[in-house]
Amino acid sequence: MANSETNTMKELGMSQEYQYGFHDDVKPTFKSRKGLDEEVINQMCDIKGEPDWMRQYRLDAYKIFKQKPMTRWGGDLTQLDFDDIYYYVKASDRSERSWDDVPDDIKNTFDRLGIPEAERKFLAGVGAQYDSEVVYHNIVEELEKIGVIFLDTDTAVKEYPDLVKKYFGTIIPSADNQFAALNSAAWSGGSFVYVPPGVKVEYPLQAYFRINSENMGQFERTLIIADEGSQVHYVEGCTAPTFSSQSLHSAVVEIVCMKGSRVRYTTIQNWANNVYNLVTKRAFAYEDAQMEWVDGNLGSKLTMKYPSVYMMEPGARGDILSIAFASKGQHQDAGAKVYHCAPHTTSQITSKSISKDGGRSSYRGWVDVAKGAKGCKSHVVCDALILDKDSRSDTYPVIEIGENDTNIEHEARVSKIGEEQLFYLMSRGLSEEEASTMIVNGFIEPLVKELPMEYAVEMNRLIQLQMEGSVG
Amino acid sequence: MSRDLVIKDLHISVQEKPIIKGLNLTVKQGEIHALMGPNGSGKSTLANSLMGHPLYDIDSGEVIFNGIDILELEPNERAKLGLFLAFQYPTAIPGVSMANFLRLAVSAVRAKDGNGSGNDELIPMREFRRELRAKMKQLGIDDSFARRYLNDGFSGGEKKRAEILQLAMLEPQIAILDETDSGLDIDAIRVVGESVSQLIGPELGVLIITHYPRLLDYIRPQFVHILLDGQIVESGGWELTQMLEAEGYDPIREKHDITEE
Repeated sequence: MANSETNTMKELGMSQEYQYGFHDDVKPTFKSRKGLDEEVINQMCDIKGEPDWMRQYRLDAYKIFKQKPMTRWGGDLTQLDFDDIYYYVKASDRSERSWDDVPDDIKNTFDRLGIPEAERKFLAGVGAQYDSEVVYHNIVEELEKIGVIFLDTDTAVKEYPDLVKKYFGTIIPSADNQFAALNSAAWSGGSFVYVPPGVKVEYPLQAYFRINSENMGQFERTLIIADEGSQVHYVEGCTAPTFSSQSLHSAVVEIVCMKGSRVRYTTIQNWANNVYNLVTKRAFAYEDAQMEWVDGNLGSKLTMKYPSVYMMEPGARGDILSIAFASKGQHQDAGAKVYHCAPHTTSQITSKSISKDGGRSSYRGWVDVAKGAKGCKSHVVCDALILDKDSRSDTYPVIEIGENDTNIEHEARVSKIGEEQLFYLMSRGLSEEEASTMIVNGFIEPLVKELPMEYAVEMNRLIQLQMEGSVG
Repeated sequence: MSRDLVIKDLHISVQEKPIIKGLNLTVKQGEIHALMGPNGSGKSTLANSLMGHPLYDIDSGEVIFNGIDILELEPNERAKLGLFLAFQYPTAIPGVSMANFLRLAVSAVRAKDGNGSGNDELIPMREFRRELRAKMKQLGIDDSFARRYLNDGFSGGEKKRAEILQLAMLEPQIAILDETDSGLDIDAIRVVGESVSQLIGPELGVLIITHYPRLLDYIRPQFVHILLDGQIVESGGWELTQMLEAEGYDPIREKHDITEE
């Protein structure tokens, strides 16, 4: 590697051994200096041309962030250095990398996943001319006809300030936790969705349709408002490995489900192995509203993510389906939280984790029933599959019940791939690897069948890739 | 090439305890053999070992199939050579549909290249579906079976019919049926027996392992063997099953001086 490149890598906070060490031709028009302080935030606000209220919001959040002690639960964050991170890099300048510079093994992965050509270039950080921008504009036009707003959050702050201001930070306040504070101070990109009363969006809104904006940023901020009786399915992420020059990703997702609405939020993430993925996701569900999180986590060094639903009024329902795949050197600390704040509310948590090659997966869950919230039901199922003796799985469930008239069930199972299952499948002609892969794919089937078709297919292929070379 | 299964002086232990003690048996393509014996005689040990179950230790002897000694081969390699085991207790694989599983299995077995590797060489979906539907119809199995998860929540009878469906799809040269009648009521035995008898022909050799002659009413064997204490002590024809039905295993035990374990 040439010296100048080595230096660039160092600057970006990457070790030279970083396995996806791209040849780096990025010439940012603007990149803040490392670390975060008032000056960097002000600079960011100036460049974005943000209104004063948002500037103040960021600065207030920054104060809170400074006061918060380092998070000591969940995964190991001792290697995380907040001063060694760029908090704002203008995203449009990431596109000058050449396809020829993308390493072969990554190209192969795209091949095996069957990712379309144009999409591959984007995923590898190459494609500024991705065709889907046209697709995106068509979709936005269609959505506008029925009054649906689907924008990146930066644009929404400018175009719909009243709507954004009314809800931004109301579900997850800056003071909620250290990483929510950090995101509130430094956020960029993410999606803003508003669905008017009674409107049902027929197809999933996919984040990657607006890839030329800053949606892949490290501090995404997403806000979804489903007005009364509306319905929407939002999909983010992608099963292809997401390569990033930055090692901290800390998103905040806030969702408001008004009376009788129904929102599903699907995430499939497969970060590179150097990434800390520390995400706060929360929804408020009002009367008879239904919120569903479908959350798939592969990759990353450490993921801490516990999508939650606060059931604020009677009849609200929260469903969370979480899956984690922890491989070598990875810790998936994932789970779910449900808060029954009103009577006759219902929740269901299904968690599936797979640990392999020394990987560690933890389920961390919280079920809370407030005093007086009579007639609530909650059902929690945690299944862990451990593929070898070096791997690990833990369960940390907390159940707090302030009301007697309630029905809570918690089931947890840990299993290993059984010799009998392997023998059975192998006796039908499958190799040991094919047999293990089939068993793992079967294990996560409850999640996969909830995914849009193209994601389901990719997910199965991805498991196959993850399983390759893991046996025999 | 000879597709016979030839077992020569086979000795098998489980956790250092000898179970099969010098067994000889030849099953030729197109022949039907019944191996009968009481519980604990070593029937299931033999069946699982022939398919290559890792729990069993082969101490000595040979199992020649397709002209080669298969004892060192992995179970999937044996399957590709044309050997099939219908399990006494088929294992459930939750989340894996019968159709997806069978498509991969059929593709792997038909590829016969030694190392089938997944999706790349799957037989075309349309072709596979047509074949699966035809075989399910032939065996009187409901279409919904294809979408159900493999053996997951199946009744005893459904599990055995699923095994027979796999037998029909994989088209082996030699099939071992391990206690296929166990746990079934009379009606279920009839259904399974009639299904198997439909698959029998000159291309298929069958070794039926059972301690209960009822299944043999539907699949009439040409050869009957009696297994006691890890050895075949009697071989003959249909008359042996009649004798067992009438008198049980005790006269044979006495004749061969074998005490009940």
